[in-house]
Amino acid sequence: MSLLEIREETVGYSGATVLRDLKLTIEAGDRIALVGESGSGKTTLLNLIHTRLGDAAALVPQELGLVQALSVFHNVYMGRLHQRSVWRNLRNLFLPAKVDVALVRPVLERLRLEKKLFTSVGELSGGQQQRTAVGRALFHPGDILIADEPVSAVDEHQAREILAAITADKPTVILAMHDRALAIKFADRLVGIRDGAVVLDAPAAGMKPSDLDDLYRNVEP
Amino acid sequence: MIARPEPSPLARTTITFVGIAFVCFVFADVAITTVDPWQEFRLLLIGIVTPDFYATDSVALSIGYTLAFAFLGVALSNVLGLFLALLFFSRIVRTFCAIIRAVHELFWALIFLQLFGLSPLTGVLAIALPYAGIIAKVYAEILEEADPAPLKTIPGGTSLLSAFIFVRLPDAWAHFRSYSMYRLECGIRSSAVLGFIGLPTLGFHLETAFKEGRYSEVSALLILFYVVIASMRTWMKRPLIPVYLIGAAVILPWGVSFSFDNIVRFLTEDIVPHPLRSGAGWDALWDWLYLMVFEQAVPGTIATVQLTMIALVATGFLTIVLFPLISPLLLGKASRFCGHIFLVVARSTPEYILAFILLQLWGPSMLPAIIALTIHNGAIIGHLIGRYTETVSLRQDASKGLNRYAYEVLPRVYRPMLALLFYRWEVIMRETAILGILGIATLGFYVDSAFADLRFDRAILLIAITALLNICVDAISRSVRSRLRLQTSLKQQ
Repeated sequence: MSLLEIREETVGYSGATVLRDLKLTIEAGDRIALVGESGSGKTTLLNLIHTRLGDAAALVPQELGLVQALSVFHNVYMGRLHQRSVWRNLRNLFLPAKVDVALVRPVLERLRLEKKLFTSVGELSGGQQQRTAVGRALFHPGDILIADEPVSAVDEHQAREILAAITADKPTVILAMHDRALAIKFADRLVGIRDGAVVLDAPAAGMKPSDLDDLYRNVEP
Repeated sequence: MIARPEPSPLARTTITFVGIAFVCFVFADVAITTVDPWQEFRLLLIGIVTPDFYATDSVALSIGYTLAFAFLGVALSNVLGLFLALLFFSRIVRTFCAIIRAVHELFWALIFLQLFGLSPLTGVLAIALPYAGIIAKVYAEILEEADPAPLKTIPGGTSLLSAFIFVRLPDAWAHFRSYSMYRLECGIRSSAVLGFIGLPTLGFHLETAFKEGRYSEVSALLILFYVVIASMRTWMKRPLIPVYLIGAAVILPWGVSFSFDNIVRFLTEDIVPHPLRSGAGWDALWDWLYLMVFEQAVPGTIATVQLTMIALVATGFLTIVLFPLISPLLLGKASRFCGHIFLVVARSTPEYILAFILLQLWGPSMLPAIIALTIHNGAIIGHLIGRYTETVSLRQDASKGLNRYAYEVLPRVYRPMLALLFYRWEVIMRETAILGILGIATLGFYVDSAFADLRFDRAILLIAITALLNICVDAISRSVRSRLRLQTSLKQQ
């Protein structure tokens, strides 16, 4: 039985159609990379998948969704807010409990962010903020992770580390990526979108970045 | 192991202010002294739900007068304020504006009452003068923020006035208009309160009706007042402004005469310290000063500061409770509708009227003043913060309920909330001083007693001290805000 089956004629918001004739099946254990030009509909598809999967999936939106005034610890801890009692959460807001700090720290160590544990997110660089958002998703207890360009603001080396951490932690991963080489390396299934339609759905094994050129060619001359 | 860092400056400031307020509260007199406060409250509640709009003809007339004073006062203050804003580069003008706006409109009214008696001039000027000081400052800031780039594009030799009219004014005009609307709303509230010192506005009838226990009339007056303020956007149209102004000028009873000699005597004799006037010598002047400072100014100032600090912190607490009432991030449409109504009522009721009502119920202590200041100001800031959350977008998988409030919303609004709170500090202080007129021992109490005893020299000295205190708090608030980099404009966040 599949994790998720999407069959939609059209998907869009406020009257505008973004995706057409959408047929996509996601199996548990899939590592999918969505590839395609910016504006092709990747974000819309990710949001649709997230809506369908609900709370089981952790999300790293493109705009990260961090609370600037709170520390890295708090932002990462937020991945499990729904599992804790409200009173525990309120207490942790003012006085982080040792137990919870101990749970969050290893996540940050893997993302090389442990030194910033109690720094407010507003003081971090763009790359550090992105890693914080990934940390929140990793801390989320769900088995599925959905991320929209999760490594766009970090260097190549860190991008590999982050993607390795994501794929090691979460059995099912759906990422929107613009870096084709990284997409082929870390995903086992590539879904290509062009102009609002899924035009490619194939295993990543054996693919070369140049095989994806079609996706990026202008439709109109 | 990473050491936990020092608390953030924001947290430190919060802790300091809560600590100060706590100490102030420990020493505050918050007793309820009436024998049976709830009996009277029950009667009031019955009155509130059975409003009587036909109690007297005075209901409609008092609303008419209230609006008339507000229209003329705010119109005059706009003209004066714009003029002063253009001269705001001058330190003398800036100081002058700081002084006239540091004196509350009720104190101005008490002064003008000595000059012009119950002539409408008293009410109009009492609103126009302090408002002109505020408007000058705000308009000067608006003009300063106008985009300077177009100024470079106009041809050389363009006169200053044309440059101003074509380049600076159009940009600023929309801001002027929306700020004038806000000022008019404040003006209507101020005008209503002026009734408490004898002008024929809403406050006068409210006080009479309340003291005679005619609570259904109180209710009718308040409901009309809320309706007038809540519906302002629908009846306040630009083409109608001249109609309103002429109407206002016509209905006010200008017939009351005042004597020119009286004015001269007040300004040249009455306000001169008594020992100097009677030539009693330096010793007498020293005794006078000693009495004024140690028996009136110091205790009055202590009580004013104490009450202000309690009210400031309590306002902050109430704000974080109230803003969710109208926040789309936290509540559904139906609940928000009720929240809006509650906040409109709470912020439209002037502190003075709230304090007056609570004082009748609970007897004289600081409690009515604290509650009144907290409800009014908490509702104002809560409204602004609630509206601000409309612009905040959360990530799709953000948590729900109390978790969302504590982790997603509150941290995002805390900084703008503190900015607004500190911005209102001076307003709260000015209002606290005024509540003394109701019998709470803040500076207003001593000012009011001095006026009642016809000791104008004392009254003027105490008003000057109050103004100085306001200017100090304004300066402290500005330094706290700049140290914490708190921006008052919500757009900045």
